[in-house]
Amino acid sequence: MIRMKPVDVVIVGFGWTGAIMGIELADTGLKILALERGAYRDTSPDFTYPHNADELAYGIRGELFQPLARETVTVRHNVGDTAVPYRQYGSFLFGNNVGGAGIHWNGQHYRPSPEDLEFHSHISKRYGQKFMPEDMQIQDYGVSYDELEPYLEQFEYLCGTSGTAGNLNGEIRPGGNPFEGARRKPYPNPAVGDTYGAKLFAEAARKVGYHPFPQPSDNASQPYTNPHGVRLGPCNLCGYCERFGCFMYSKASPQTTILPVLMRKPNFELRTHSHVTKINLDSTGKRATGVTYIDAQGQQVEQPAELVIVSAFQMHNVRLMLLSGIGTPYDPGTGKGVIGKNYAYQMMSSIGVFFDKDVAINPFVGAGSGGVQIVDDFNSDHFDHGPHGFVGGAYIYGGQTGGRPIQQLIVPPGTPSWGAGWKKAAKDSYLHATTVATHGSVMSYRDRYLDLDPTYKDAFGQPLLRITFDWHDNEYKMSQFVTERAQDIVRQMNPKATSLTLRKPGDHYDIRQYQTTHTTGGVIQGTSPDLSALNRFQQSWDVHNVFVTGASAFPQNLGYNPTGLIGGLTYMSVKAIRETYLKQPGPLVQA
Amino acid sequence: MSSKPSSPSRRDFLRQSLVAVPAVSLLGTSAIAQTQSGSAAAPAAMSAGNYAPRYFTAPEWAFLQAAVDRLIPSNDDGPGAVEAGVPEFLDRQMEAAYGHGGLWYMQGPFVPESPPTLGYQLRYTPREFYRKGIAAIDDWCRKQHQKTFAELPADQRDAILHQLEKGEIHLDDVPTAAFFTQLLTNTKEGYFADPMYGGNKQMAAWKMIGFPGARADFADWIEQPGKVYPYGPVSIEGAKS
Repeated sequence: MIRMKPVDVVIVGFGWTGAIMGIELADTGLKILALERGAYRDTSPDFTYPHNADELAYGIRGELFQPLARETVTVRHNVGDTAVPYRQYGSFLFGNNVGGAGIHWNGQHYRPSPEDLEFHSHISKRYGQKFMPEDMQIQDYGVSYDELEPYLEQFEYLCGTSGTAGNLNGEIRPGGNPFEGARRKPYPNPAVGDTYGAKLFAEAARKVGYHPFPQPSDNASQPYTNPHGVRLGPCNLCGYCERFGCFMYSKASPQTTILPVLMRKPNFELRTHSHVTKINLDSTGKRATGVTYIDAQGQQVEQPAELVIVSAFQMHNVRLMLLSGIGTPYDPGTGKGVIGKNYAYQMMSSIGVFFDKDVAINPFVGAGSGGVQIVDDFNSDHFDHGPHGFVGGAYIYGGQTGGRPIQQLIVPPGTPSWGAGWKKAAKDSYLHATTVATHGSVMSYRDRYLDLDPTYKDAFGQPLLRITFDWHDNEYKMSQFVTERAQDIVRQMNPKATSLTLRKPGDHYDIRQYQTTHTTGGVIQGTSPDLSALNRFQQSWDVHNVFVTGASAFPQNLGYNPTGLIGGLTYMSVKAIRETYLKQPGPLVQA
Repeated sequence: MSSKPSSPSRRDFLRQSLVAVPAVSLLGTSAIAQTQSGSAAAPAAMSAGNYAPRYFTAPEWAFLQAAVDRLIPSNDDGPGAVEAGVPEFLDRQMEAAYGHGGLWYMQGPFVPESPPTLGYQLRYTPREFYRKGIAAIDDWCRKQHQKTFAELPADQRDAILHQLEKGEIHLDDVPTAAFFTQLLTNTKEGYFADPMYGGNKQMAAWKMIGFPGARADFADWIEQPGKVYPYGPVSIEGAKS
C-alpha cells in the first residue's frame, strides 16, 4: 500500500458538487485534493464540433457514461427476489470522468417548491397523517425554503440560469411560474426562446386555464460571465444536449463555470483515474482518517485527510458508505438503520403529438432545457390533493430537446415497428411531431432501498450496489392524474394523432426504458439520527468529518429535476464547513 | 454481380439491390460452401457495394442482407437498409468494442429467465448473438422450408421475421424475440447514424425524413417558428447533400 502525504480535504468524485466544494474551500487556503475515477475532460478537445454531433457515439453507445463493464448495479423488484445486473444502459445513466453527469445533463435547473423541503410536516398538516399510506416514509429535509433560498440563488448565478421569475419577493410576475417560492433576485439571464412545439403547447395550456412558463434552463440565452469570472456563450439550439457535451460553452457544467478558475489554484490538486474503494476510520469508528483508492496503475493508495467530502453520483455515495461501514445499513424488515434507506426514482409519462404536413415543427431545433414550456399547476402541493388520494405530482412539459433520429424519431400509434409501413410513417411524421410529457415525483417507502449485492462484484472485486424498487399505487395515481391534465392540453393543440406512454397499475418498473437519471436517497438528510444518515448540513451523524453531497441526501424524490436543489444544498453545506466546522470540528447539529 | 461498383443513381441501386439479395445468398450457400467446406469462420467475400465484411461469414452476410432488406425495404419513400449500407454498418460494429460486449456488464451468474423488465440477461456479446442467432434461424429455415432464410422469397421472410418478433419460433440456443430486437435496433442505428459508420450512405435516410444531420446550429431558426427548414444534411466528415 502506498501512503500519500496528508491533505486537509479529500473530495471523492469530481462532478457538480465536488467542483463546488473544491472552489468554495480553496480560498480558505486548505490543501484540497479531488479524486476522480474517470479521466480529465474539457470542452476542447473532448466536446468539439463537429465530433460531438454524433448520435451513435454519444447518444446510443454512451461515450460519456461510466462503462458498465467495470461496475454497475443490480436490480430486483421486491425484497426476497434475486437481483440481476443492470447490464446495458436503459432506465438511468451514470456519468463518468471529470464533470460527471454534469456534462451530459440537459441543464434543467429547478428550485424545489417550499413544501418539498418539509414534505412530511406539510402533508400531515394539510391532509392529516392518515392521508399517507402506512408504508410511505416521507420525511423533512431539516432545511426550510427560506433558509435555502440564498444558496439556490448562488447556484443559479454560477450557472447563468435563463428563465422568467414567477415570484419576485412575494410578487407574482407575468410569464413566470406562479407556484414557485419567492426569489430575492430574478434569473441571471432571460429565458431562451421557444421551439415551435413549445409555443403550440403554451398557447393550448393557456386556453385550458393553466400557467405555462419557460423552463428554467442552464442553456445560456445570451453571453454570460459568472461570479468566478468564467464566461458562457449563448446556446444555438443544436439539438445535441442530453447525453452530449456542449461545444458552445453554453450548457452549465463544472467545466464551463468553475474549473477554469479552480484548476489554477495552487492549493488544489485533482487526481484522475483514482477509484476510491473505502473511507478509512480510526479505531473509535467515529472519525475518518482519509480514503483508500486504486490508482491508474492498479496500486492501492492510502490518502490521509482531515475532512472527507463524498460527492460521487447518488448511488456511488450510498455504496461507498456501505463499503466503509459508516452508519447502520437500513433493514426493510424492521425499518431501522439509515444507509440505503428511502431510495426513490421518478415517474414520467409522455405523449407524442403528431400534426399534418402544414405544421413544420423542425424537431432538430432543440436544447436540453431551453426552448421548452412548463405547466407546474399539478406538481408538488400546488393543488388540493384531497379528492385525488395521492401525494406528490409532476410538471408537464411541451416541446422537444432535439430530433436525433435514432432515439428521438417518433411515429404515430398503430405504426408497425418495421417494414414499409414504419418507413413511410417515419418519413411522414418526423418533421411534424413534438412531445408533451409529465415529469413526476416518487415517494419513499419501507420496502424500497439500497444495499450491497450478495453475488455480483465490480472489476476490483467489491460487491455491487443492489436496488430493490418497484412502483407503488400512489405513483400510478399521480401519473394517471397529471397525464389526464396533459391530455387536456394536447387536445387543445388539435393534433392529427397522439401516442401515449403511461405506467399503469400492474406495470413493473422496467429497467429498459429511459425515464430520468434522477435517482435519489440512500444517504438522506434530516432532523434526527434515527431517521436520517446526515444532518441538515449534509454531515454524517456518525462520523462528523464526513460530508455527503448530492441527490443521495433527498428523503424522497420531488417532481422537479434535482440539480438545482443539489447545488443549493451543497452551497449551504460548504458555508457551514467554512464558517463553523473548520473553526471547531465536530457535529454541526447536536443529536 | 453485386461486387461490381454500383451506379450512384438511386433507381439503379434499387434495381440492383433487389436482384442482389438472392444472388448473394445463392453464392453464400453453394459456391462458398464448396470451396471452404462450409467453414463458418471464413469471412464472406461478397457484399452489396464494394464492402467485404470482416466479421460476418458468407452465410451470415447473406442472412443479414435478406433480413434488413425486409426490416427497411427499398421503395419510392426512400432508401432501403441494404441500399443504405446497413449490413456494412453491422459488420463494422461487430469489430468495435460494442460488438465484443465491451460496453456491457458481462459477468455471471447469468439468469436469463429473469423478468424481461430487468433487461438483457443473456451471456452473448452482440458478436456471439448474431453468430448463434443466424445459424439457428437458418437451420430452422432449412428444416421447415429446405432453404436458408436468404433463399426464401420476400413474403416468406416477412412472415418469419414476424414470428421471430413475437417469439413464436423456439430455438435451442437463442431467444428469438430478443434476437429480433437486437437486429431491428442495430438496423435502425445503421440506417440513421452518421455515414462514417458505414450505413446511411449519401445521408439518404436523413434526406428522406428531413433531418439536417450534424449542422448543429439553429440559433436563427428559433426566431422563425413553423417555417420549413430549407437546408439539406451535412455529415460529421463534412459531406453536404
